[in-house]
Amino acid sequence: MNNIVMLPLIVPLLAGILLIFFNKYITIQKWMSVIASLIAVIISFLLVLNVRENGILTVEIGSWAPPYGIVFVADMFSSLLVLTTSIIGLTSILFAFHSIGDERERFYFYPAVQFLLTGVTGAFLTGDIFNLFVFFEVMLMSSYVLIVLGGTKPQLRESIKYIIVNIFSSALFVITVAYLYAVTGTLNMADLSQIISENGQTGILTVIAILFLVVFGMKGAIFPLYFWMPGSYQAPPAVVTALFGALLTKVGVYSITRVYTLIFIHDTGYTHQILAWLSVLTILFGVIGAVAYWDIEKIVIYNIIVAVGVILFGVAVFNSPGIEGAIYYLIHDMIIKGALFMLTGAMIVITGTSDLRKMGGLLKNHPLLAWMFFIAAIALAGIPPLSGFVGKLKIVQGGFEAGEYVFALFVLLSSLLVLYSIMKIFINGFWGEVKLAKEQEKGSTKGLLFPIAVLIALSIAFGVGTEAVAPYITQAAETLLDPSIYIQAVLKE
Amino acid sequence: MEILMAIVSGLLFMAATYLMLSKSLLRIIIGTGLLSHGAHLLILTMGGLKKGAAPLLGEEASSYVDPLPQALILTAIVISFGVTSFLLVLAYRAYQELGSDDMDQLRGNDHNE
Repeated sequence: MNNIVMLPLIVPLLAGILLIFFNKYITIQKWMSVIASLIAVIISFLLVLNVRENGILTVEIGSWAPPYGIVFVADMFSSLLVLTTSIIGLTSILFAFHSIGDERERFYFYPAVQFLLTGVTGAFLTGDIFNLFVFFEVMLMSSYVLIVLGGTKPQLRESIKYIIVNIFSSALFVITVAYLYAVTGTLNMADLSQIISENGQTGILTVIAILFLVVFGMKGAIFPLYFWMPGSYQAPPAVVTALFGALLTKVGVYSITRVYTLIFIHDTGYTHQILAWLSVLTILFGVIGAVAYWDIEKIVIYNIIVAVGVILFGVAVFNSPGIEGAIYYLIHDMIIKGALFMLTGAMIVITGTSDLRKMGGLLKNHPLLAWMFFIAAIALAGIPPLSGFVGKLKIVQGGFEAGEYVFALFVLLSSLLVLYSIMKIFINGFWGEVKLAKEQEKGSTKGLLFPIAVLIALSIAFGVGTEAVAPYITQAAETLLDPSIYIQAVLKE
Repeated sequence: MEILMAIVSGLLFMAATYLMLSKSLLRIIIGTGLLSHGAHLLILTMGGLKKGAAPLLGEEASSYVDPLPQALILTAIVISFGVTSFLLVLAYRAYQELGSDDMDQLRGNDHNE
């Protein structure tokens, strides 16, 4: 019974379909989405345990052997990301209960969230390039709906740009798949990897590898393709930004990681060197943006770009500590970005503005919110007992082992500016004189703090319990470093 | 034949890029239409344009054309239909609400209006 691989995908899909019928009954919608997300969390946890015990699990759809049919593959890397996705989904839905408002809930907000989770989970689990494109579109379509739902003027303006950029990158994805099919004659990732290792990575395949970097880099917001992100991510409500910031860009990062560790691994001197340069430039432009703004949402948005750069640098060095560090940091970053966007969302609910200069002294009336923000901030920067530390440590170690001393030092120094940018929010927003008395506040944080507390607790547990998580991460890294494990699991030779 | 088709889809990409860089929103949407045309034509071309029967087993021919690219195109076509109709309705709404289809006027950093 390998069908457990499909369950994290089928649960949100069915939940989304069922929710469409109950759009007027908000209480039913809330209960159904929470129950569905809880089931998804439990199932993906069981999937992780199952993969730990039995190695890579595959499902051949319709019993057609690969490479002829579509195959779904759950290795440890995908399973861990699916588990993190379902946890983010659950906490976002809980956050939405008290923040999104009746108007949006009545117009299919919860179904759209479930379809978004379907798309993200499918993209993590698929073993077929064209199927990956289809799940990208499932994810993007739901994100188009979520970004524009509500129809305020900034949302309309920014969603047009977001959609046009994504249509362009989707067309480029189709074109790249067409080239790849012309060269290799297959679309299954394991089969592709095998064919390329047998026939050698010719020049045209390196071109295709760079085209994939452009396609996924546009989704994942790397330099110089991140230009669409700061505007688009600020337009929708906080909970949607939390979902986007935690999940959407990370799917692009996952795809780059998968493609650059499984398929295009025979000319790393060229492709991975370009990836290393781009990731370092991504970090540079990310920290410049994070330091420049006085808008709390913009600061966190630019921190997404920094984290994408850090993760991809770990992938680019392509040795065991680098890849392990990238996996640690990817999971940590999904959790902490979800938490940070919810925290800034709660701050905006209280103050009614995202301008840092108009707020101050929130610590006095909201101590719990303040200290949770403090923990999230130092976790983001990578202070030792918390979750961001191990990932960055391993990435820097990998950088040194690969001889990339300057780049690794650069990654290390970027942490300082990240810490500065996020502490700026803490110092200006939470310390200082109280600008809003209790009765002048624009809204209450009732119910908003619980989902944030769950994510913060997870982040602490992930940092303190590194020993417990380590075997899972090592198993994930082994598969990424040695594609033959993946190929054998899928093609069963 | 493949060379001719490659040139044609190249021309489509050229026109699409030109239109997508213009100011009017409607021209940009026409550009996305041309872009997906070019991409679909490219899949068909890259699958090979050798002579053969249509992929129907009832034809009982000795060779058939490759059925996989046709399935891929069919999938990509419906996806781009969905996205294009969404974008057209969004452009209509944006024109109603914002009163302009000029991308230069759809700028702004104020998210609290």
